Amino acid sequence: MDTSTSVGTHQEPHAHDEAHEHHELGWWRKYIFSTDHKVIGIQYGLCGLSFLFLGFCLMMLMRWQLAYPGQALPIIGKWLPHIFAPGSMPDGKMTPDFYNSLGAMHGTIMIFAGVVPLAFAAFGNFVVPLQIGAPDMTFPKVNAASFWAFAVGGVIMLISFFVPGGPAKSGWTSYTPLSDISDTGPGHSAIFNGQTLWLIGFIFLITSSLLGAVNFITTIIQLRAKGLTWMRLPFFVWAQFVTAFLLLLAFPPLEAAIIMQLMDRVAHTSFFLPAGLVVNGAPAVISGGGSPLLWQHLFWFLGHPEVYVLILPAFGIVAEVLANNSRKPLWGYKSLVFSVLVIGFLSFIVWAHHMWLTGMGAAVSAFFQTTTLLISIPSVIILSAFFISLWGGSIRFNVPMLFTTAFLPMFGIGGLTGIPLAFNSADLYLHDTYYVIAHFHYIVAPGTIFGLFAGVYFWFPKATGRKMSEFWGKVHFWPTLICMNAIFLPMFLQGMAGMHRRWYDGGQGWTLANAHTVWGLTGFEWNKPISWAAWIMGLAQIPFIINFFWSIKRGEKVNDNPWEATTLEWTAPSPPPHGNFLTTPVAYRGPYEYSLPGRERDFTMQNEPVEPAERTRRKPPAELIHV
Amino acid sequence: MEIPYTISTRPDTGLWNAKIGIWLFLASEVMLFGGLFSAYIFLRIDAPPGMWPHGLLNVPVGTMNTAILILSSVTVVLAWASLKMRKYNAYWWYMLATILCGIIFLTVKLAYEWPQKFDHFGVYIKTEALGKYEQYLGNEYAAEKGLAPRVEITGHLHNRAALKDPNIKEYEVALDPINADPTNAEMDRPHFWPKPATEKIATIEKEDVQYATMFEPRHSAYFASYFTITGLHGLHVLGGVLVFIYMWLPVSKRLYQRNPEHLANRVEVSGLFWHFVDLIWIFVFPLFYLL
Repeated sequence: MDTSTSVGTHQEPHAHDEAHEHHELGWWRKYIFSTDHKVIGIQYGLCGLSFLFLGFCLMMLMRWQLAYPGQALPIIGKWLPHIFAPGSMPDGKMTPDFYNSLGAMHGTIMIFAGVVPLAFAAFGNFVVPLQIGAPDMTFPKVNAASFWAFAVGGVIMLISFFVPGGPAKSGWTSYTPLSDISDTGPGHSAIFNGQTLWLIGFIFLITSSLLGAVNFITTIIQLRAKGLTWMRLPFFVWAQFVTAFLLLLAFPPLEAAIIMQLMDRVAHTSFFLPAGLVVNGAPAVISGGGSPLLWQHLFWFLGHPEVYVLILPAFGIVAEVLANNSRKPLWGYKSLVFSVLVIGFLSFIVWAHHMWLTGMGAAVSAFFQTTTLLISIPSVIILSAFFISLWGGSIRFNVPMLFTTAFLPMFGIGGLTGIPLAFNSADLYLHDTYYVIAHFHYIVAPGTIFGLFAGVYFWFPKATGRKMSEFWGKVHFWPTLICMNAIFLPMFLQGMAGMHRRWYDGGQGWTLANAHTVWGLTGFEWNKPISWAAWIMGLAQIPFIINFFWSIKRGEKVNDNPWEATTLEWTAPSPPPHGNFLTTPVAYRGPYEYSLPGRERDFTMQNEPVEPAERTRRKPPAELIHV
Repeated sequence: MEIPYTISTRPDTGLWNAKIGIWLFLASEVMLFGGLFSAYIFLRIDAPPGMWPHGLLNVPVGTMNTAILILSSVTVVLAWASLKMRKYNAYWWYMLATILCGIIFLTVKLAYEWPQKFDHFGVYIKTEALGKYEQYLGNEYAAEKGLAPRVEITGHLHNRAALKDPNIKEYEVALDPINADPTNAEMDRPHFWPKPATEKIATIEKEDVQYATMFEPRHSAYFASYFTITGLHGLHVLGGVLVFIYMWLPVSKRLYQRNPEHLANRVEVSGLFWHFVDLIWIFVFPLFYLL
């Protein structure tokens, strides 16, 4: 191939395209069907936040049933029956089926329509190209396709609330054979029933993640600014890089499983139905020969990496905010990077620790128990590095930093309480109790979601040129922190007392939940304070919502780098124009050059060239080396 | 605004963007088909003796389709090489050959192989009634020779109404050679050239039947995975053919005149996808047709 000809012929269309770009795009192309990574990021962000709130609302409904089982829901109970599918809440009283639906859809919506789009797609889209000094993602149209696939998937999930029989009701894990046979038979449409729509919606959500993951990895490999070597990447970019690989490789096996369950439901195959299955007292007319356990393996092959998909972007955000507000370089940058890579690798070989009650056998259990304990090592390294980063810093407690500092102990509780679950002998007792709920939610609710809130407050000025109100941010933060703990700490007690996580009546009719008291309340009675904390936490989100929308137009105007941060996104104008940077960015140094000795300012941005004097100064004095 | 390295390579990675993109995409495709193939392995290992059918597919036709797909993988490379040598005419013909191969493959699959299966019938006999149909099953003979037990009678269903109508009490089946003559040693192993159903008719009472169906996905774990995997593979072939048609239409000529390297790159990444689809078939063919 003659390279010179190809470059020569390349020039003309290039000039042609440039001329095109200067045409102002119409409103629809600019804000709705945009291919600009920032607009797509914001679209993802708004959708993700809305889905998070919706998922939370579903849970607030369930909390009523748990605290006051069988009682009619006051006020909104009157009109809820008219919104949801008929028979879901007759007279404001929740039916068991609808309770199951809410549980299944709370998990699905929170994880796949809320946190993944927000943590991975929204922050990744908006921040990663800016942090690596790129004009956009490598494949802008694929990026837009990814968002629209997500939107279709989200809408299908929403539609399932209104079909006869209500949405999917077999748990967010959709274990077979229960999910294979639910929502079938008389009164259910072949396609428009909860479980089938759940599967179809999922195919779109997986497609969206796949397109996003391909785009992110390629962008990070190909579009890093000049001088931005791998070890100069902000930790957030590393976290997103590993997350993208998890989505790329872990989601397709679930897609395979979903295709098979769809075949089971639509073409009446028996991938997950064993021979001799009896449904409603009659033998099912099926070929059999399938394996219900197969679904669990394929589901958790995604399911466990998915947990790291949820937490790694939050790690990334926490790292950025932490370094910025402790005015210190992140402690152990290289250890953090290698830890996150090891987590990414190990997360693929721990999945069966969700399946210890299935009788896989001692050898398999021993293997997965070992890998599960191994994966806690890099997690502990990361958390320790974050804590040490605080040491000796001059910490600024602004709102992003409040959420970040709260993240650290909350994630710590979540992580440490996971260790008993990692041992299969302890898990035999704790499995499927509220203990698991508490453990998991300490990781994703005050963990991931606090990280995401920190990110929203932190990068809001980059997206809008204005800051969110500090005061209302604190009004949002403190009640949220207190309520989070009031919700999830008692669940550890309930779980250890043996309360099962799927009891429709909150444990009212079960001896285990009423036999013992802690601080004067039985396990069942603890539901009431937990529920009240959940509802108060719902109220505490109102200041955030108002603050968010109010600050877009009315917030305090700030310059391009209001947090005095070092990474490349803060060298772009706020909000960045199409193409992001006014001059092509070049990186000369690492991402966290805070409080460099001999500098006037306590932060040195990545695009500031290294001065000759600095080279000599950077060597530590001899007396320090021997300390 | 222009995205860098869409056509030229980035010096330190030595790659242009779409080449990384397609390899990542293929990695995820490996995991997708990997999930399905591992399901196949899981189900096959779990299947009780005799419950995993053999010799139900048309091996010569499958072999022909395999050859066609491999041929198309060759022609797509030649098409790409022609573009690299800046010979658009040769490219056009090679691309046309690739598209035709893809279409022939799909036609054989969808218009011949699948319908032939949908027209075939199988009944699983209840354990307690197996003795009653010993003349068709030959289980004593099978046990003597150490063959897997036989519980299914296959062939051509004469009274198709029996599938739907509960008033019809039996199935009339024109038997496949193995059930027509179960003690014939020639039938112990599946044949390369498929043998048609015989004239011999068996009447099977519905009350002796465990499960009866045409060779549809619902027939067995075997056909469930066969139709799912070949169906998904067929969708991939269809996608590849559509992309190739787009790159073969006059619009490609205009791109070629503007920037031939851009078209060559597009053919390269879609060619990589095409090879992957080919490779999947190389796994499908032995797993379902031969083993």
